Amino acid sequence: MALLQIAEPGMSTAPHQHRLAVGIDLGTTNSLVATVRSGLAVVLDDEAGHSLLPSVVRYCASGDVEVGYAAQAAQNSDPHNAITSVKRFMGRGIADIDDIASLPYRFVDAPGMVQLKTATGVKSPVEVSAEILKVLRQRAEVAMGGELVGAVITVPAYFDDAQRQATKDAAQLAGLNVLRLLNEPTAAAIAYGLDNASEGVYAVYDLGGGTFDISILKLSKGVFEVLATNGDSALGGDDFDQRVFCWIVEQGRFQPLSAGDMRLLLTKARDAKEALTEHTEVRVTAVLSTGEMMDATLTQADFNAMTASLVGKTLTPTRKALRDAGLTVDEVKGVVMVGGSTRMPCIRQAVADFFKQTPLTNLDPDKVVALGAAMQADVLAGNRVGDDWLLLDVIPLSLGLETMGGLTEKVIPRNTTIPTARAQEFTTFKDGQTAMSVHVLQGERELASDCRSLARFELRGIPPMVAGAARIRVTFQVDADGLLSVAAREQSSGVEASVQVKPSYGLGDDEITRMLKDAFTHAKDDMYARALNEQIVDAQGLIAATRAAMAEDGMLLDATETAAIETSITALEKLMAGPDHQAIKRGIEALNAATTEFAQRRMDQNVRRAMAGQKLETFG
Amino acid sequence: MDFTQTHFELFGLPQSYALDRNQLDAAYRELQNTVHPDRFAAQPDAEQRVAMQWATQVNEAYQTLKHPVSRGVYLLKLQGIDAFDASNTKMAPAFLMQQMEWREVIEEARAGKSMAALDALTDDLRAAHRRIEAHLAELIDTAHDFAAASEAVRQLRFMDKLIAEVGDVYEELET
Repeated sequence: MALLQIAEPGMSTAPHQHRLAVGIDLGTTNSLVATVRSGLAVVLDDEAGHSLLPSVVRYCASGDVEVGYAAQAAQNSDPHNAITSVKRFMGRGIADIDDIASLPYRFVDAPGMVQLKTATGVKSPVEVSAEILKVLRQRAEVAMGGELVGAVITVPAYFDDAQRQATKDAAQLAGLNVLRLLNEPTAAAIAYGLDNASEGVYAVYDLGGGTFDISILKLSKGVFEVLATNGDSALGGDDFDQRVFCWIVEQGRFQPLSAGDMRLLLTKARDAKEALTEHTEVRVTAVLSTGEMMDATLTQADFNAMTASLVGKTLTPTRKALRDAGLTVDEVKGVVMVGGSTRMPCIRQAVADFFKQTPLTNLDPDKVVALGAAMQADVLAGNRVGDDWLLLDVIPLSLGLETMGGLTEKVIPRNTTIPTARAQEFTTFKDGQTAMSVHVLQGERELASDCRSLARFELRGIPPMVAGAARIRVTFQVDADGLLSVAAREQSSGVEASVQVKPSYGLGDDEITRMLKDAFTHAKDDMYARALNEQIVDAQGLIAATRAAMAEDGMLLDATETAAIETSITALEKLMAGPDHQAIKRGIEALNAATTEFAQRRMDQNVRRAMAGQKLETFG
Repeated sequence: MDFTQTHFELFGLPQSYALDRNQLDAAYRELQNTVHPDRFAAQPDAEQRVAMQWATQVNEAYQTLKHPVSRGVYLLKLQGIDAFDASNTKMAPAFLMQQMEWREVIEEARAGKSMAALDALTDDLRAAHRRIEAHLAELIDTAHDFAAASEAVRQLRFMDKLIAEVGDVYEELET
């Protein structure tokens, strides 16, 4: 591979400075932050020495927000305000949450995403998640002694566009620069693959607190290529807890429960499940606030029986993923276990039986995702030279449009490697039709109503024509984070409309701005000064990068072009001395626009060099 | 980015249906190593946008050449031929007969809930797929018989649909 690093495009800015970057595993049950220190990925602990941060946020009547162990300790006494497993509500409406009756929260139905009523007001799952991310960001900044350049945030591979966008919004709200959203199984594969210097096809079986993912990857010469992914974004350890919870309620013959008792029994259920990882039976006792009691023994055999259907629910997506990858069980060289729920003996046994081999469990299943994310953050921040790797990931669910009769027309099929773009042509069905409504969908089902609705927008101003004469080209672009944007254009008239698939569910930019404002007012921070500072740092980075690129590849520009870029730099430098962060932002955009052609030429040059190296390697 | 370049030129491969998969994979890895947005995550917006365009194009080219049907369609398109032109739907009767027989096998396997029958059928379908691919390579690369090649491409697409249907039955029987 040494031949291939003639031009290292990521290396043109400040090569000697180590940029502080972290990987964050924002989990259903626990969250972690990790970084790479002296070439080694390490999880960062809090002051008390805890690596895991329970993903619990409590909104106290006093206005304080508790996150982690303190919030977790209060969940029985303050069940409405101590929010657990909020990840299950990200990008989800009320109708999407199956077990809503057995959850102790006060849900508020809101367009797109459900919200929660707390002691300090109605909170969106994005805001709750942002509180967790803020604590992890502070933990990292204290441990690393500086501001972070950016973070890689992991998401379940099977998260759809709505859930991904909600996660990115939460990071933005927490003041994190998202270098990349990374799929959890892929992160785990990095941590395992690089540790074991593996080659071949691997399966990653990732059962977390609330989500299940299965990914099939091919590892070859430093490239991690995801061949197929599948899963269930509403299946995890929480569901196993629910089964035990139902058993406890049955054993105790309990009447309808108060929210506090419900929380208590859910905690008992989880403790019993965890105890059964080490022991063949466990005694479960509980005393409710009503004085009702229960005392019974749960055996591993009973537990296995009551959860067998859940275990089975993980194998169906596993078979689908293998089929999509065009592979059989015999071609899988190793199976990596990820997520705390893979500690359950029944899971390990089922996976071993299915893949006909003992799964790999040598890395801590709770930490492996964060470690992999930290390693990827290190690469993306540009801290590694020469020995880095490349990830080629896929979209988990097909993207499409609603067509006549409420049917789904797939535009990008699932398991397509990202980034990707596809266009499809449509036409009008009525004479003189001047508008067309575009309904963007995600999912595998044939009926549009069975798929997730991502966005609706209208293309107006189509010149009147006979039915079938207009040619409307709808283009889907999925970026490296797996996020979609859609544009529509009438070909003969050039009328256009586009949407960053975002406002119809999740949060609009206005809403994010409002939340940011609220957050800063609450912290008595000077939002304006912060915005100004951020823009100045961005501008400095851009100017440094541009100058480095010109020093390296200045010969790709003629005198006029060089002068134009210099003019933009000078203009930006002048704005940086002033107080207007909006003006600096516009200056940054102007400089970016002025260097686009230059960036194109640099890339063309890189490609030529790389392919020349390739020929030498192939034929030499 | 040079839009007049063919996908074959992009990867430095000869323009033929027969394909050295290792060479394609190596060239793809090489190109993505150079242009992927992950290589530019810490770079200015202009460079990130260019990287996304390039990586999108390289992925598209790779997927087109990798899959037997799309590679055939693409090669014929370079000859100015639309393999799926609505006015050109000729299909050998023997092939259609065989298709009907296979469909009956699928129905029997579904009715009898027989995974073993599906496994055996999958092997047959994959073998038939490989035979058509070999024939297609001959038609395009040696005989230059593009009309016959169009028919072979259509046959391959039939085979893909059948294989997908078998997948659906597997899914049905598993749940």
